[in-house]
Amino acid sequence: MWDGVGDFIAMGGHGPYVWGSYGVFAALLIAEVLLLGRQRRRTRAMLVRRCRRQVAAQSHWGPES
Amino acid sequence: MLPRRIPWLTFAAPRNFHALVQALAPWLVRGAVVLAIAGLYTGFFVAPPDYQQGNSYRILFIHVPTAWMGMFLYLLMAMYAVIHLVWRIKMADVMARCLAPTGALMTFVALWTGALWGAPTWGTFWVWDARLTSTLVLLFLYLGYMALRSAVDDREKGGRAASLLALVGVVNVPIIYFSVEWWHTLHQGMSVTLTSAPSMAPSMFTALLLMTGACWLYCAAVTLRRAQVDVLEREADTQWVRDVVQRREVNGVSRPGAAVADESAAVREEGRS
Repeated sequence: MWDGVGDFIAMGGHGPYVWGSYGVFAALLIAEVLLLGRQRRRTRAMLVRRCRRQVAAQSHWGPES
Repeated sequence: MLPRRIPWLTFAAPRNFHALVQALAPWLVRGAVVLAIAGLYTGFFVAPPDYQQGNSYRILFIHVPTAWMGMFLYLLMAMYAVIHLVWRIKMADVMARCLAPTGALMTFVALWTGALWGAPTWGTFWVWDARLTSTLVLLFLYLGYMALRSAVDDREKGGRAASLLALVGVVNVPIIYFSVEWWHTLHQGMSVTLTSAPSMAPSMFTALLLMTGACWLYCAAVTLRRAQVDVLEREADTQWVRDVVQRREVNGVSRPGAAVADESAAVREEGRS
């Protein structure tokens, strides 16, 4: 159907419209996934810190000491 | 009194919800990737150029799914808003909040791709046509919902006000959907309806369905993951979250610091010996 890579990219003269659409969509999806990943890591780190603090407090003040 | 086991409320419990997302999300992502690859292949290498529009119509393989998702996610958001307002179920508020950014993204992409499709096809990026205008209103509803939530410091009050806004705004969705029938405007009528055969080539329709499936799975994965993070934050002081964190540290699933990795490695060694 396509006459080489150049023809595919040109999209019969509609290249800028087609790739402008797909490019922006892809960029936004990637941005959303990255932002969500960052949020997840931050939350996880926060929870781990809290958890450790509590374990430390328990071992210091808890029944074992 | 009856035992408190109502099946459809099982996942309204944050702990069960967390476990559900943990099991479900990887499969949703895999499904989305597979469908997107199949959809893009069909859309670019199987579907022929349109006899009138040439190749610009290939934009519709993302324009139509994102427009559908924009409306669908808003309906879901409004449904959760009702559940939150009437039954005060916390998870419903979490879900509504986590649907909004993805819904806004989908609506924006629908408008953006619509403009880029309109330029070569209609000769203009934008007209104040009923469908385009009501879709722009949908984007503003999403943005307003998010702004309202972040403007109010009290999470509970902000959540209720935002739920009310989501509910009022839902009247816009049928306006978008039926706008092409109610008003004779530039935007074309429906090509895909539930009651009749689609007015396009089978390969084009296949690509459209595959891309819609991919978008749907992507939205499900992202909103559920976002809700999962939100739930962990909200419930940070509960025992089940501490259990989840400790279990992860021991299993070495997450490595926020080298010390944790060392500790968990030591624990694994102990377990083996």
